[in-house]
Amino acid sequence: MKVSMKVNGAERSGDVEPRVLLVDFLRTNLAQTGTHIGCDTSSCGACTVLLDGEPVKSCTLLAVQVDGRSITTVEGLANGATLSPIQAGFHEEHGLQCGFCTPGMMLVGTALLERNPEPTEDEIRWAISGNICRCTGYMNIVKAIQHAAKAQAAAQAKVPEAVVVAGGE
Amino acid sequence: MFPAAFDYRAPASLDEALGLLAQQGDAAKVMAGGQSLIPLLKLRFAQPGMVVDIGRMRGLTGVSRNDGWITIGALTRHVDLERSYDLPGQLSMLPEAAHWIADPLVRNQGTIGGSICHADPSGDWGSVVLALGADLVARSANGERVIHAADFFQGPFTTALGPDEILTEIRVASSSKPAGGAYNKLERKVGDFATVAVAVQVELDGGKVSRAGIGLTSVGATNIKATEAEKSLVGREPNDAVIAEAARLAAAAAEPKTDVRGSAEFKRDVVRVFVQRGLKTALARAKEARV
Repeated sequence: MKVSMKVNGAERSGDVEPRVLLVDFLRTNLAQTGTHIGCDTSSCGACTVLLDGEPVKSCTLLAVQVDGRSITTVEGLANGATLSPIQAGFHEEHGLQCGFCTPGMMLVGTALLERNPEPTEDEIRWAISGNICRCTGYMNIVKAIQHAAKAQAAAQAKVPEAVVVAGGE
Repeated sequence: MFPAAFDYRAPASLDEALGLLAQQGDAAKVMAGGQSLIPLLKLRFAQPGMVVDIGRMRGLTGVSRNDGWITIGALTRHVDLERSYDLPGQLSMLPEAAHWIADPLVRNQGTIGGSICHADPSGDWGSVVLALGADLVARSANGERVIHAADFFQGPFTTALGPDEILTEIRVASSSKPAGGAYNKLERKVGDFATVAVAVQVELDGGKVSRAGIGLTSVGATNIKATEAEKSLVGREPNDAVIAEAARLAAAAAEPKTDVRGSAEFKRDVVRVFVQRGLKTALARAKEARV
């Protein structure tokens, strides 16, 4: 079956059997291996991708099910050599140990901040509750998302200031 | 893990989907969000010849009120109910129950209708529709019929739906009296099925209970409607003794099994505690409910 979708902004298509899972389509057909396969039973969240901006488990979706929709994987987070705020947060706060859960954690964090730019610690913990870190590095994952939220807020606070200065000239 | 091979159709309309089911009969399986079906396909517990994906069909989503009914589209996702902040007080249980289903990622994709039709006795929505006394609207190529929630769940993963039918709506009669509900769930960790969960719904008239609904999750071969406990509440002023008696009767209606999540005795007692706790919350919500 023909299937086409937007992956990290680019139109991608393939010819797959209906039983091919989205995670396998991404990893095998598109060679985007940042999306990991962990439990393969919808429990761990290593295969998290964003489907039209919302985190879902790509091991529990068929590739044909998302025909025509938009997927973001971890490969789509950075802008060239510039890390996204979430990626920078994981870097600064040592938000990873082995790194296996990290793509999923960063995508969940990205979607959370998109919807709720100033989450409480409880809200962060709730958002990542479908993603398991087998190194149990949750403390720093939470800190990394908090770091990103603060960085985004600071970046936004700067913008109106600049406008005021410009307006005063 | 790969599912066994199947044909896949994603019909654009309900009529087209019903036509496929009429042709295929038992060979076809309907998929909404796929969050229960895809794991079954991968484990090869289910090997349908055809998957009819209605998940991308337009319509059948959201909550609406008309003609004395509050209607929930079968394709409404768990997350959309979890974030429904403007539901009538009568449906206060819905966001609470949705909040505890699986995990946030599954809730972004799974649907209330898919979950009800999957009919896992550990599923949360089954108890909710039993407690609400909801009607389930099924469509086939031959027309529409209404199945009461109490008649819907026939066994583990077995419902009153025919192979040619699709659940389109869940509807609840609009109440002009103060009503409220509560969903309490014990789970070992996020994403696990309930050890025990209890849905409770009450409607008040004067100081007395005019309608009560209690649904039990994970303590039997289906979601269980605790009929005797419900009856014990109706027409009574809900004081502590009445609540305790209803809780005792509901615990007696449970048929829990000892397993890794706890002993049968423990689960039965959790039912009792949750009915008691749920009734108190539901009554408080009914008293302050928007009608």
